[in-house]
This record gives sequence, C-alpha cells and structure tokens, in this order.
Amino acid sequence: MAILSDPPEGPFRLSMLLSDTRYRSLTLQAITALVLALCLAYLYRNISTNLQAQGLSLGFSFLQDPSGYDINQRLVEYTSQSTHARAALVGILNTLLVAVLACITATIFGVIAGVLRLSNNWLVSKLMAFYVEIFRNIPVLIWIIIIFTIMTNVMPTPRAFRGDAATSSMLFDLFAFTNRGVYIPGPGFSNPFFASVGMNWLLVIAVLVGSFFGARAIGTWATKIQEATGDRPTTWYMILGVWLLPVAILLTVMGLTWDIPALKGFNFTGGIKIGGPLIALWFALSIYTGAFIAENVRAGIQAVSKGQTEAAGALGLRPGRIMNLVVLPQALRVIIPPLISQYLNITKNSSLAIAVGYADITATLGGITLNQTGRAIECVLLLMLFYLTASLLISAFMNVYNASIKLKER
Amino acid sequence: MKKSVILGALTVAGLSAGAAAAGTLDDVKARGKLNCGVTTGLVGFAAPDANGEWKGFDVTMCRAVAAAVLGDATAVEFVPTTGKTRFTALASGEIDMLARNTTWTFSRDVDLKFEFVGVNYYDGQGFMVPKELGVSSAKDLDGATVCIQTGTTTELNLADFFRSNNISYEPVPIETNAEAQQQYLAGACDVYTTDASGLAATRATFENPGDHTVLPEIVSKEPLGPLVRHGDNEWGDIVRWTLNALVTAEELGVTSANMAEMKASTNNPEIARLLGTEGTLGEMLGLDADWAARALAVEGNYAEVFEKNIGEATPIGLARGLNAQWTDGGLLYSPPFR
Repeated sequence: MAILSDPPEGPFRLSMLLSDTRYRSLTLQAITALVLALCLAYLYRNISTNLQAQGLSLGFSFLQDPSGYDINQRLVEYTSQSTHARAALVGILNTLLVAVLACITATIFGVIAGVLRLSNNWLVSKLMAFYVEIFRNIPVLIWIIIIFTIMTNVMPTPRAFRGDAATSSMLFDLFAFTNRGVYIPGPGFSNPFFASVGMNWLLVIAVLVGSFFGARAIGTWATKIQEATGDRPTTWYMILGVWLLPVAILLTVMGLTWDIPALKGFNFTGGIKIGGPLIALWFALSIYTGAFIAENVRAGIQAVSKGQTEAAGALGLRPGRIMNLVVLPQALRVIIPPLISQYLNITKNSSLAIAVGYADITATLGGITLNQTGRAIECVLLLMLFYLTASLLISAFMNVYNASIKLKER
Repeated sequence: MKKSVILGALTVAGLSAGAAAAGTLDDVKARGKLNCGVTTGLVGFAAPDANGEWKGFDVTMCRAVAAAVLGDATAVEFVPTTGKTRFTALASGEIDMLARNTTWTFSRDVDLKFEFVGVNYYDGQGFMVPKELGVSSAKDLDGATVCIQTGTTTELNLADFFRSNNISYEPVPIETNAEAQQQYLAGACDVYTTDASGLAATRATFENPGDHTVLPEIVSKEPLGPLVRHGDNEWGDIVRWTLNALVTAEELGVTSANMAEMKASTNNPEIARLLGTEGTLGEMLGLDADWAARALAVEGNYAEVFEKNIGEATPIGLARGLNAQWTDGGLLYSPPFR
C-alpha cells in the first residue's frame, strides 16, 4: 500500500506560493478576490463620476412625493394622491397575488399532467405529452399575449349586456364574464366587529387557522387510538365540524351579505372584479409553468423504483393508494428541489405583467414611477432588491418544507 | 454576491451615462449619420411608409437637422422609442436628438436634464369614444374604462382631470399606440386618451373613422417639441435654429418652390441671412452658410411640412389652429435671424 506523506518541511520561499500545492490554491483565491475587488471599485468609481458629470444624484426621497397616477388593480387603498412608495406597495401586493395564485394552479396542473402522462391509457398519456411540449416550448410572453388577446376579442363587452336586445347575459344573474374581466359576487358584512374591512377578514382567517390546528389535533388523537387499539375512530364528521362550525357562527354573527355585480354606466359595479389582465397573466403563468412541473413530477415518480409499486401491489394495495402512500411520498423528495426553481420562475416571470397592463411592481415602480420621476437607477435597485428578497424567501420556505419530507436518517 | 449584482446593474447605467458627453456635433459628423429618436409608429408624425421609409412631421424635423449638419437628408438612423424608453435612450447617448411628440414640462427640462429646443406642435390631451356610446362630453365619462399610453404626461393629466371633476374611471395602461388601438377597438376600454393630434392620427387608420368621435374637451397643454441632452449647448443651438429656420421661412414666404429664386434675387435682408447669402450665421453654428437652405430643401417650410404630413388634405386632417403663425393668430413665433 502506498502511503502519501507530506513533502518535507523546509524554510518558506516565495516561489512556494505557486509551486507548492499547500499554498497554490490560497494564492489563486487571493488573486481572484483582488481582481474582483478592483473591478467593483472601477465600476463604482465609473458610475459615481458619470452621475456627477451629468449633475445627477442618487436619492430615495422621491418615494415620498405624490405619484399622480391611478392604478386599476389594487389590494390596498390607493389614489393618485398617494405616494410613489404606496404605488410600489400596491405593485408588490399585485406581484405576490399573481405569483401565489399561479404557483397554486401551476402545481395542480403540473401534478395532474405529470401523473397522467405516465398513464397506461395511450390517448391520455399522448394528450399530456402534447400539452407539455406545446406549452413549455413557446415563450411565456407569447402565451400571456395570446390569452389576453383572445379574451378581449372573444368575450362580450359590458355594452353587450345592456338593453332589451342584450346579446349577452349574466350567469345565474350572479356572474358576468366580460372582456374586461370577470365580475363575481363579493362578500361583505352588515354587522362587522371592526371598522376596517381587512381586520374583519383577518378575524375570519384567524378562526380558520384555529380550525386547522383543531383538525390536526383530532388526527393526532385518532392515530394515538389506532396505535393503542388497532381501530381508527371515524373522524371525518368531527373534522368537518371543526372546519365549518366556527366560521359559520362567526360569519352569521357578523352578518355576511353578498354584493352582486350590476351593470351601471360604462361598467359593472359592485361585487369583486377579477380583471382581464390578472386572468390572462395568472392562466398563462400557470399553464406554462405547469408543463415544466409536469415533467418534474414525471421524473420524480419514475425515480421511485418499480419494485416499490410491485411490492405494494403484492401487499394488496389498490393503485390509488399505491400512488398516495408509496410512490408520491418518495417521489416528493425528487420533485421538491426543481419545484422550488419553478416557483421562483413564476415570481420572476410575473414581471411580464406590463405586456397586458397588469399593475405589478415592474409596472408601477419600474414603469410609471421610473418614467415620471426619471429615477431609473434608484427604481431598478429597489426592483432588484424586491425580486431578490421575494425569491430568497420562497426558497427558504420551500427548503424548510423540503427538509421536513426528505429521508430522515436515524 | 448580492452586492456584485447590484453594482453590475449600476455599471450598465453608469457606462451608458458616460457616453453622453459633450461634442455631439463632432460625433454626428464623424459618424456621418444622425441618430434620431422617433415614435414606434404614429401615422403622420413618424411611421414607416409602404416602402419602409420613415415619413412624418417629426421625421422631417430629424431629416432637416441631418441636412443642415451633414448635407444629406437621408443620413438619419431612426431609432423607434416607446414612452418609457425615450428618455433613457437620449440620456445614454444612443440617440442625438428626440423628436417624438414629447411634451415640454418643467421636470423633464430641469430634473431629467434635457433641453427642449422649442415647440413644433402645440397640442392638448383629448378623448376619443365610439359614437354609439352617445357621450358628448368628457364629464359624462364617470366610471368609464380608459386606455392610456403608459409613461406619458397623459397618465398624470388623466388622473388630475377625473379627480378635479370628482368622477371615477379605471385606467388600462398600454405600452404602445398600436396596442392601445387594438384594445380600444376590441372594446376592452370605452375611451382612448392621448394628445388630440395623436387621436386624429390614430383615428385616420381605423377601418371606419366615422364611428368614433373626439370629445370637445382638451384637458391639458401639451407643447410638443424636439429635445436634446443638457450640457451640449452648441448641439442644442443647431437643433433649435433648424426648427426656427422652418418657422421663419414660412413667415417670410420662403418655400421649397421659390427658394432658389429668393436666394438669387431677394432684397429682404432677413431672407438673405436665413439662406446664407448675407452674414455669417452658419459659421456661428459651426456649419456652413447653406445649412438652413438645405434644411428647407427637405420638405419646405413649416407650413409645407405640416400640410404634407398632418394637414387638412391628409387623412389625419388637422387644422393649423394654435400652430398657425403669430401673424395669423397662432402661437408660432420664431426669434429673428440676425
């Protein structure tokens, strides 16, 4: 057996920095760091000199000025008298809204398509292959524009709902599908606890979170009984009760009412409007990213060895239970890491919103604010900071989830 | 890592700003071409024709400057810009001048560090609606959905107008005029708003222009004009006086038809100075004596350019209105050539 011993210790010479393997890597790292630092210093000096030469200065005080423009899609109170910072907040919330919605639906599309692509049914698996290849091979911007164009040209205008000779009518007199968006009845409270609408909804959400923990406690209790006696008590009616009863009581006490949209003037008013741009963007992002997720899911399932399925089959499990209890839990370990990048992609791709006039952060802060104030560098810096933070947060959350499902080594 | 990303982006901005140094005249001469920023396409003002050649009111302004400086009206590289990209393009030195229906405002002039050399079209923001809506005044537009080109002053005027009249609206921000036109025709918005000249130009391209009407209210002042960067006054002077030459020529009755004759036999000293047969005005600008004559030879004086591109004989059909000479009750008033 050959034993590698350290080279003989000698007095340190300068040439050893390059010739001696113990020092060489350190030398190279030091040189790289130095070059990088010089580059950064050059870039910094360049920009500060140029800005000075143009008589421009960096500053963020413009964020406190009134923005002067209106935004059609907003989750918080906003008028044209609000500040640029507020406009940016509206944009941030809009970005997060479409990102969260698209992540959820893309996952649903992806899981369904991925599982079905492995189906033994020739037609189903080929249809899914067709879906995946069509959608992931055409740029998402094109999908956004195609869907938006189809929506605005095919759906009726609000004008078509007017008069006796109306060519369109509302679905069940509750929903209106127009080329400006979909109008649905909006919930409201006739007897609210708080003056602010948001606080009332927070209360509802708090109750739902309580129900979630209640339902989980019932599940734990049932498992405990099962482990002790071998029989699992029937819990579905308890869980249903825990979920529904508290919310139903709260909503009744607060006096839940529904605000039905109605045609008034140029547009429908009342209810909730889900704008056309939001729908187009949401749908395009989900269906595009769904195609990628489908491939991840397929890869994850195929990564689970066939022996597992066969063994589960030999134990007498039905195909549905084999998928849920044996294959998917193991496949998730392969699926989650690439899924994180797909979620990040959705968040970043949502910046294409401006193509259809959806007021995301790129459209408000990076578009109108940048334009009206001319503060390009500041706005772009803030934009980068936002996307970076959002992406890192999503990454962090998903990594926590990934850690919780990965193979536990004991 | 975070830091390097941020600084990287800063550099891109920094490097491009570095190109914006003084000496534009020398740059243009050395390049042999004028880089001129125009719209992405607004018929009558700047749009490629059937042969792919740029034509229009603003385009002629670019060509006149190229003719004055380089002696060749075709030595122009037209750079289409959107409402959002135009200022960056000019500030970064990608274009030498911007002739793109750009409103002269305080903050653009002072804060964004640009120099508006004059006004070549006095405009105001208007509203266009389909006739079938039966709307006769902009004040009836409560609750309407309004298409606007984003990144323009119209966005701010619109917010101000609706707020001061205490009526509501829903904005649909659109990137370019062509997209806005599609949205409007598909009925995704009830109203399209932009400068009244732009509305007329857009309407002229519709299949049935008669089905749409421009409301009488003009809700803002929109003095449109060419602009250059701050800090290069020699270049600014050239663009300013090229515009003034077109205006003065109309006032003095110099047209593309009678220019040669005037040049040979005029008794009017101001015409002689304008056309370079007297005085050294061209030399003062760093050009030769014939600079203004060449600029005028492109499409004639202001009136000829106006009538040829956007006047009443064209599909756009704009009347001179405010854009008549001061002697005819308009606002066009060039400082004297002296």
